[in-house]
Amino acid sequence: MSETVTLTIDGQEVTVPEGTTILDAAKTIDIDIPVICYHEHLTGNGLCRVCSVDSGGRVQSAACVTQCGQGMEVDTQSEDVKRGRRTILEMLASTVDLSEAPEIQEMMDELDADAQRFPEGSKAREHEIMDDNPFYLRDYNQCVNCWRCVQVCAEDAQYTFALSFNGRGFDTSIATYQDNGMMDTSCVFCGQCVGVCPTGALKPKRQAMLEEGYDPDSIFEATRRKRKNKS
Amino acid sequence: MIKPDRTVRTTCPYCGVGCQLNLNVKDDYVYSVEAPFDAAPNYGMLCVKGRFGTDYVKHPGRVKNPLIRVNREEGRSAKAVWREASWDEALDYVADELSRITKANGGDAIATYASAKATNEDNYVFQKMVRALIKTNNVDHCARLCHAGSVAGLQLSIGSAAMSNSIAEMEDLEVFMVTGSNTTETHPVIANFLKRAVRKNGAKLIVVDPRRIGMTNFATHYLQQNPGTDVAVFQAMAHTIVKEQLYDPEFIKNRTEGFNEYIESLEKYTPEWAETVSGVPAQSIIDAARLYANAKKASIYWGMGISQSTHGTDNTLSLVNLAMMCGHMGKSGTGVNPLRGQNNVQGCSDSGGLPNVYTAYQGVADEAAQAKFQEYWGTDLNPVAGLTATEMVDHSYDGRVKGMFVLGENPMMSEPNQNHARAALEKLEFLVCQDIFINETGEMADVILPATSFAEKDGTFTNTDRRVQRCRAAVPPVGNSRPDWDILSDLGRRIEQRLGLELNNGFDFESPEQIWEEMRAVTPDFWGIDYARLEREGGVHWPCPDFDHPGTPFLFAEDFPRGKGKFWEVEYGTESEQPDEEYPFNLSTGRVLYHWSGATMTGRSRLEDIYPEAICEMHPDDAERLEISTNDWVQLESRRGKVKVRVMVTGRSPVNTVFLPFHFAEAAANQLTLDKVDNRAKIPDYKNTAIKITKTTPPEGWDEGYEKPLSQRGAIKDPVEIY
Repeated sequence: MSETVTLTIDGQEVTVPEGTTILDAAKTIDIDIPVICYHEHLTGNGLCRVCSVDSGGRVQSAACVTQCGQGMEVDTQSEDVKRGRRTILEMLASTVDLSEAPEIQEMMDELDADAQRFPEGSKAREHEIMDDNPFYLRDYNQCVNCWRCVQVCAEDAQYTFALSFNGRGFDTSIATYQDNGMMDTSCVFCGQCVGVCPTGALKPKRQAMLEEGYDPDSIFEATRRKRKNKS
Repeated sequence: MIKPDRTVRTTCPYCGVGCQLNLNVKDDYVYSVEAPFDAAPNYGMLCVKGRFGTDYVKHPGRVKNPLIRVNREEGRSAKAVWREASWDEALDYVADELSRITKANGGDAIATYASAKATNEDNYVFQKMVRALIKTNNVDHCARLCHAGSVAGLQLSIGSAAMSNSIAEMEDLEVFMVTGSNTTETHPVIANFLKRAVRKNGAKLIVVDPRRIGMTNFATHYLQQNPGTDVAVFQAMAHTIVKEQLYDPEFIKNRTEGFNEYIESLEKYTPEWAETVSGVPAQSIIDAARLYANAKKASIYWGMGISQSTHGTDNTLSLVNLAMMCGHMGKSGTGVNPLRGQNNVQGCSDSGGLPNVYTAYQGVADEAAQAKFQEYWGTDLNPVAGLTATEMVDHSYDGRVKGMFVLGENPMMSEPNQNHARAALEKLEFLVCQDIFINETGEMADVILPATSFAEKDGTFTNTDRRVQRCRAAVPPVGNSRPDWDILSDLGRRIEQRLGLELNNGFDFESPEQIWEEMRAVTPDFWGIDYARLEREGGVHWPCPDFDHPGTPFLFAEDFPRGKGKFWEVEYGTESEQPDEEYPFNLSTGRVLYHWSGATMTGRSRLEDIYPEAICEMHPDDAERLEISTNDWVQLESRRGKVKVRVMVTGRSPVNTVFLPFHFAEAAANQLTLDKVDNRAKIPDYKNTAIKITKTTPPEGWDEGYEKPLSQRGAIKDPVEIY
């Protein structure tokens, strides 16, 4: 048997195998830590920091990537932790259209976050909806930069490497090589990215058209071009 | 933002991986497809076909009522004129005709195609109808055209024909070989697991393939053999393993027979000799042989490139020989694995959709099996193996077969030498097709029976690693279409009555579950699987002899079905059509990522939008010689037919071989192919056809409909260019 470590989370003692993250350890004793970028089946990357907890260090740690240490005392609900989460959510809400991210909205309600706290944000970041392939749409106005799509396109699933980050700091966004349309990248349209997107940023075209009020027959018509040989 | 009315878990209708899907349904319309992350075999992954390619369910061309042809006297190749009929009328007509032909000419005058797309239950009822009522074993399906070479070879050497390992084992592979399989395009999700094995687990990959396919980007050794020289390469690998004594004497002694005779036959197959034949450097063959033999765990994965050949059986035997001499069998991540092409091609074979076996390969010639089925069904059964799919066409041509029932297949696209197939089908007295669309074969039929698509019916599919999984109805049937099992049960009752038979357990099925219960009862290998268990566990790998049995992810841990594995001597040689002065190029056919089989489904979905026409791949050297560049039109002509297509010049194709996908009716690769078959497996030689190439003009009335030609629209991801 591998080595174990014992720690306390919110006052509860828990023993887990060495290498377990704080997030997973908390799960074993039914403590829910909120997450946005983290996905159970992907490599954790600690990007959004909404899962930050107080683990006794100088700064808070992202529970999704921080491994449990022997004797660690973790607080997932301190005022500091909550304030941090609230601020992260408020900043997200100022720059990102979260209307199709009900889970994030729920988090905001729970933490009493104010979507209008930083009213200037969204002016600086506006993206056009990208409709460059027959299968899915990209609306980066709704993108929270969680990096899941980049990960599944790379080593977490498809090994296609069509997506990456572009820009720095506030202007960071998901992009393709030289901002090419998806058809001109290595994309094979597996849609793993669509499958892991936590907001409405990546959406199957069929679904988008249904939302816009098209009926199934006209959605079907939209895929047909002039030259058709099949009845 | 819409919320689904319901989300239905089912199994993907495309390739043999058997990915689990969640269909999101709103107002009886499937508006999106997701993959559950917690379910084998795909764990959240899908490919473009499964995730975006299911629009065809709502295609306006779906057949909504039974159709009867009214211009029968004009011949089958005339444009069909249909009238809608009631189910009673159509089924009575079919039952009358099949009974008439059976009475007049005997049951063997009827030939039937079971369906690798239909469920296990559909196929079970179908073969029961054919065997118990019409008294013929003339039932086969497209496995004949894809993996018959693998099946025949595996049956000979170990007595079982299926993947020996599960998809789940791919992640802990150590060394593996991929040959004759363009895995990234034909089994994309399996390819992801294989890539992961290389990138995350440090597994070593040997690719043996004439085309520089996507998997080569992950390979340690890439052996690019000349088309059709597979046996030379594998025999030379075996030669090296014997010469350097890298084989596993313990395994050979305990588990196999015929090794001594076999190694004598290897003497002449030196790597140096193989180099002269295959073009693969001798040192590469030696390196690959050492890598494979010295591994603790090593698996072989192959596809159509191995089986679709006049020596498909030999190809398979030479691979199995390799695996057995190294003892690479019967362990996790270690074995021999033909990757099955269709969602239920494994299941259709398992359910008795083959001319020589009942369910789970219980032989029709085996007296015990025959007695069991005679007793259970309460009727006499024919012990003589029936016709294979390729033979059905020939027998139709010379009049021995007079009636044909095609269940969800499209022989007019899939059979080689289409002009011959057309002439054969034209001669039939009666042809009935049961399908969701009128495909190229349906155009020739007397009756169309409209079936439901995967999204509208219940049942089970068995994927490539023998995992039985549920297919569940998500939306109501289109028009008056009915599930296949329901149509066939109804038809069975009508034929039973007309032929004056009275079965014990007849055709009074009311649900797929009831059919599965009967299948379990007659099939020991399925006894431990029922719907309740599938509901709980998601899927079970057969053989599974009782409810306490966990299922069998990998086979042959203790012994082989035939007892000891047998080494078969394999001679290098080919009966394939060779390029000559008049027809100097070799044509290879295959699939592309966005399409599937005859494109009956993918061609009627969003996938058609991205890849709407055939395009042939040509090596830059050949293109230069012929003064052809990308987007030029060429005519490909063989001794049997010709097609016009556009060219894409790419290093993916080897010199002197062009590649043409077989999905497109207007440039049908099988106009060109030869109907010559492997003697043992009866599988046609789709990978070798001698052709000549001439530059030509676009077909009359050609309208691109797009700004740029297909090769410049970005649909085709050329691994040679990308990396």
